[in-house]
Amino acid sequence: MRRAVKLVAAAAALMMSAPLMHSASAQAQQPPIKIGAVLSVTGGASFLGDPEKKTLDIYVADINAKGGINGRKVEAIIYDDASDPNQARTFATRLIEQDKVDALLAGTSTASTMAIIPLAEENEIPLINFAGAVQAVSPVKKWNFKTPHTDLMACEKIFEDMKKRNLTKIAIISGADAFGKSMRDQCMTVNKKYGIEVLHEETYQPRDNDMTAQLTNIKNKAGVQAVLNPGFSQGPAIVTRNYKQLGIPYPLYQSHGVGTKQFIELATPAAAEGVRLPAAALLVADKLPDSDPQKKVVTDYKKTYEEKTGQPVSTFGGHMYDGLMILVEAMKRAGGPDKAKVRDEIEKTKNFMGTGGVVNMSPTDHLGLDLSAFRMLEIKNGDWTIVN
Amino acid sequence: MPEFLQFLFSGLTIGAIYALVALGFTLIYNASDVINFAQGEFVMIGGMVTFFAMAAGIPLPFAALIALVTAIIIGLLLHVLAIEPARGASPVTLIIITIGASIFLRGVAAIVFDKNYHSYPGFAGSEPLQIGGATVLPQSLIVLAGTLLIVVALWLLMTRTMIGKAMTATATNRLAARLVGINTALIVGLSFGVSAAIGAIGGILVTPITLTNYDVGTLLALKGFAAAMLGGMGHPLGAVVGGLVVGLLESFGAGYISSAYKDAIAFLVILAVLFVMPQGLFGRADVERV
Repeated sequence: MRRAVKLVAAAAALMMSAPLMHSASAQAQQPPIKIGAVLSVTGGASFLGDPEKKTLDIYVADINAKGGINGRKVEAIIYDDASDPNQARTFATRLIEQDKVDALLAGTSTASTMAIIPLAEENEIPLINFAGAVQAVSPVKKWNFKTPHTDLMACEKIFEDMKKRNLTKIAIISGADAFGKSMRDQCMTVNKKYGIEVLHEETYQPRDNDMTAQLTNIKNKAGVQAVLNPGFSQGPAIVTRNYKQLGIPYPLYQSHGVGTKQFIELATPAAAEGVRLPAAALLVADKLPDSDPQKKVVTDYKKTYEEKTGQPVSTFGGHMYDGLMILVEAMKRAGGPDKAKVRDEIEKTKNFMGTGGVVNMSPTDHLGLDLSAFRMLEIKNGDWTIVN
Repeated sequence: MPEFLQFLFSGLTIGAIYALVALGFTLIYNASDVINFAQGEFVMIGGMVTFFAMAAGIPLPFAALIALVTAIIIGLLLHVLAIEPARGASPVTLIIITIGASIFLRGVAAIVFDKNYHSYPGFAGSEPLQIGGATVLPQSLIVLAGTLLIVVALWLLMTRTMIGKAMTATATNRLAARLVGINTALIVGLSFGVSAAIGAIGGILVTPITLTNYDVGTLLALKGFAAAMLGGMGHPLGAVVGGLVVGLLESFGAGYISSAYKDAIAFLVILAVLFVMPQGLFGRADVERV
């Protein structure tokens, strides 16, 4: 199956690149600039990788239609790692050694990204990754950059909101997957800073379909004022349903990992009522005030993505949009795909308005986002509302 | 006390799902000596087809019926296209074929449907009932009642009908069954159909609680297999008891000991039981067939 998918993906990549190369050679003598991508288009992380791939396809075509980068066409070579870090490393190696790409937009999950970063460092090739965890950008590596918010930022945003509401004693129920574990660990490093005390902790397996036992223990724990659920995919939806079933009266906080309309659907709007979570502005593009500097970029991206794919926009595709645009602008400023120059220019990215927030890179910060990139949302009547 | 009741209800609901999967294993194992690892996929088909039929505007009872018929057809096809052509092969080969079939069905489901999780509303609303300080969803009661009905129906089928007796005969001694004029190939095929139906009904009933997606069957097959082994492979009552015990172990393990190790706790107990009683709780020692 995987093999077949790979073949199809490779065939698709060939088919996509063939017309590009053709028109490029017909139009200019210069070869196209090659951007290599390794994304989890299928497998467990496909809900992240699929919108990333679609976004890349749409915007590379768009860039070429507008004349490419300094007159040169862009060619995207995309491989699907099927959510397997081993394959991610293999494909990244192939991109570097055989396809001889000029830059990498690679790594959908934290696991895949961590497998690719050493290759980028070794081969001195600019890499922008799409992993969630803070390890994917800290400590800073010379050639590695990242666009999505980190789980540490999500923790801080949530704790900030809890503090505002005077909720200082909390319980945590986290998924036992990489995302849930990492975010839980990050939250435990900053809770003291916000005066938040964690009274009780529970976990669940990523594929569990009942969390009432864990939540009953949280319900019976004296003194708990709020509950935080770091996790993604369907787990948090079941937690939210069980939470409602047990009638637990405290506010429930979810992570940025559930930032899709599908979450509300699965959790059912009745159970999700009042749930708060930090998320990128993209999720509430229509509800942003016109004065918001991010309004234009997020509404434009949302419109384009939804028109071209017929699917609702997710923040994950937005991270790819940000990564591609940061890279393209750096290449324009560098006057071409020279790897060292492009790397330097990516690092000099300032006031870039992306779907994830304002990006200000520096030699000590290869992410460039601050807490203002996150909006605190509350689910009301089955829809997102912005909390101020 | 309320938390004890809560853990009990949670455990029974989850256990009922495992019991249905384990029953499916048992039926096919009895008729053909094959452990059908595609059993979890029938549960997935039950839930997914119902969801997409409902999304297409078909009311729930008909959507469920379509799902049931789809699963039965796929169960029969699995037998005709994959198991029957290899009928001379050893059970191990046949088991490997079912693993292949399970991967194939997952792949097809991912393409025909999608890779997202889905759910539909419970049949009797989602307002939880309060029982002794614990809460239970009406759908949980429906799942338990459904499991009970299936067990009774299966028992009637096996003991009161000609087909059931033919199934029992095939299970006991295939050669002898053939000698008295039973079409054993047909009976084995039938067992696949009935197993698929049981799995699909399970899927239709539990999806409002557990959600479903294209690869939800993998884990269910694993847990259902553990339940069937615990109860004694080939014993229908053992399958049901085994399923409920695994569900309860998970729920009480998570509630009273540690949620991080709840699966480990369940599997440790299963190992311990099998160590003392290698035939499982209800298995007979004289299963040797010559």
